Amino acid sequence: MYQKILLAADGSDHSIRAASHAVKIAQIDQGTIDVVYVVDSKTSKENVLHGVDKYEVKKVRQERIQPVIDVLEAAGLEYETHVVHGEPGPAIVEFANRNEYDILVVGSRGLNQLQTMILGSVSHKLAKRVECPVLIVK
Amino acid sequence: MDIERLKKEWFGNVKGDILAGIVVALALIPEAIAFSIIAGVDPMVGLYASFCIAMVIAFVGGRPGMISAATGAMALLMVTLVAEHGLQYLLAATILTGVLQILFGVFKLAVVIKFVPRSVMIGFVNALAILIFTAQFDHFKGESWVMYALVALTLAIIYIFPMITKAVPSTLVAIIVVTIIVVFFGFDIRSVGSLGNLSSDLPSFLIPDIPFTWETLTIIFPYSLSLALVGLLESLLTSNIIDDMTDTESDKNRESRGQGIANIVAGFFGGMAGCAMIGQSVINVKSGGRGRLSTLVAGAFLMFLIVVLGNVVDKIPLAALAGVMIMVSISTFDWGSVKNLLKIPRTDALVMVVTVVTVVITHNLSIGVLTGVLLSAIFFAAKISKVDVTEKVEVKDKKKVYKVEGQIFFASVNDLVAKFDFTEQLEEVEIDLTMAHLWDDSAIGALDKIESKFEQNNVKVTYKGMNPESNQLKNKIGGLSKASDH
Repeated sequence: MYQKILLAADGSDHSIRAASHAVKIAQIDQGTIDVVYVVDSKTSKENVLHGVDKYEVKKVRQERIQPVIDVLEAAGLEYETHVVHGEPGPAIVEFANRNEYDILVVGSRGLNQLQTMILGSVSHKLAKRVECPVLIVK
Repeated sequence: MDIERLKKEWFGNVKGDILAGIVVALALIPEAIAFSIIAGVDPMVGLYASFCIAMVIAFVGGRPGMISAATGAMALLMVTLVAEHGLQYLLAATILTGVLQILFGVFKLAVVIKFVPRSVMIGFVNALAILIFTAQFDHFKGESWVMYALVALTLAIIYIFPMITKAVPSTLVAIIVVTIIVVFFGFDIRSVGSLGNLSSDLPSFLIPDIPFTWETLTIIFPYSLSLALVGLLESLLTSNIIDDMTDTESDKNRESRGQGIANIVAGFFGGMAGCAMIGQSVINVKSGGRGRLSTLVAGAFLMFLIVVLGNVVDKIPLAALAGVMIMVSISTFDWGSVKNLLKIPRTDALVMVVTVVTVVITHNLSIGVLTGVLLSAIFFAAKISKVDVTEKVEVKDKKKVYKVEGQIFFASVNDLVAKFDFTEQLEEVEIDLTMAHLWDDSAIGALDKIESKFEQNNVKVTYKGMNPESNQLKNKIGGLSKASDH
């Protein structure tokens, strides 16, 4: 049923929790998981400034989502990772709709009400604009 | 020239490029004016520079979608030149800066950026942020609470307005709102008009009015060299960031040449030297700009705005510009580096802090960068100059093996020689260099010294495991230095 699963991850605790749920869904019907990590302009700037070269920048990002990868590896699932540039919300929407997934799994970021009001909730934007079913893990 | 690629770089993203270019032009106005004020020149000098540089770099730059214009880093380097010698010398220095940058590009020296360690880079942006911030203090001198209130209002609009819409740059909205308030209530505070005259004329070609003598060159050359280096440093850093954000490659040597051409044109059209801008380039990419067209539109639309708004610009209160500059310094500063200061290696932290302190004291970014690079080089040499020597007695009272591990060069030879015991009564000493590398003259000199000291005690010295490169070096200069020793 859910064979092509997209997991939006940023290496946070929420995304690690989301990963374990993605694993459970994948195990229902031998699904595969695509992990998408969005690098926004602020992170991009910081990574380049702190990194020596492209290789190092890539490594830093790999390390960032390693905890999520660890969850998938432990479950012995087939997975692929993608790094996408842009604002988290629109970038994930674009990626999810372009590649036609069966389900998107994403962690809620756990902001308080004021932060959500100001920053806007990424998960809310996803739920509204992604064409496949979306699972928001609390 | 590859027509397909040219077409893609120019017209691959027409709608996105035009819209983003307009946004960038709107965001450029406050900054170009504020940077002119930092440099101590008329606002037109910064505006003309931004127009010329953006227009030219659209054609000759190496990184499509990157925005170059008058910048804070460059403005800060010009302050004393302008104060002591005036605008005409600045224009001449700008042209010379361009010539130097073209030479850098032609001789493929853009790679020098790799000799600038990241701790120096971080120190550079932090120092830049601090200088832009402290440059605003002058505007507060002798002003009343109205000034503080208006700066606070400007900042509030800059940070809150994006929650309503991100289509219009919030800095421009803040400037417009604050200007209207000041004009409406008739507040008596200084405005751009009190600093210089603004015209809505198009820039025209002129040759800087300076004596073409050796003395003039000695005045402007140091400034031009600093400007050329800092301009390239910031431009290459920016192009790396845009490369990463857009997941594409760029031509660094072409960018270096392009920056040079753009600065030469700016200098002849009455503009000050500039370079790529991290903040504006990020705005461009975020607004959908990717191609060369976005940079061209930014420049062209900026000129249109200057012509249309020329009479309004001098009404802008300095309070609004100070607010914009405070925002620029906050976003330029690398806050992560403060958070990680205690976590990163102590020498890296020291290099970063020394770079910042040097810049803040000298008010010169290039001196800070050079100091930082030098200090890192010393730390690096010190770090790799640790040599390990282990002794092993092979035949008692007859033969001993010294195993040397590490890099043997000028910084490590003193250590190396001190680790040998020359007083021992032996027949033969073997020096095992399998894990060592001889780098220079001093390394060969040190081995010769060890050899001759042992020979004084009639101990024979043999070598083992010297790698081919080291061997070649020893054969080439070994005989020479030994002959001169005796």
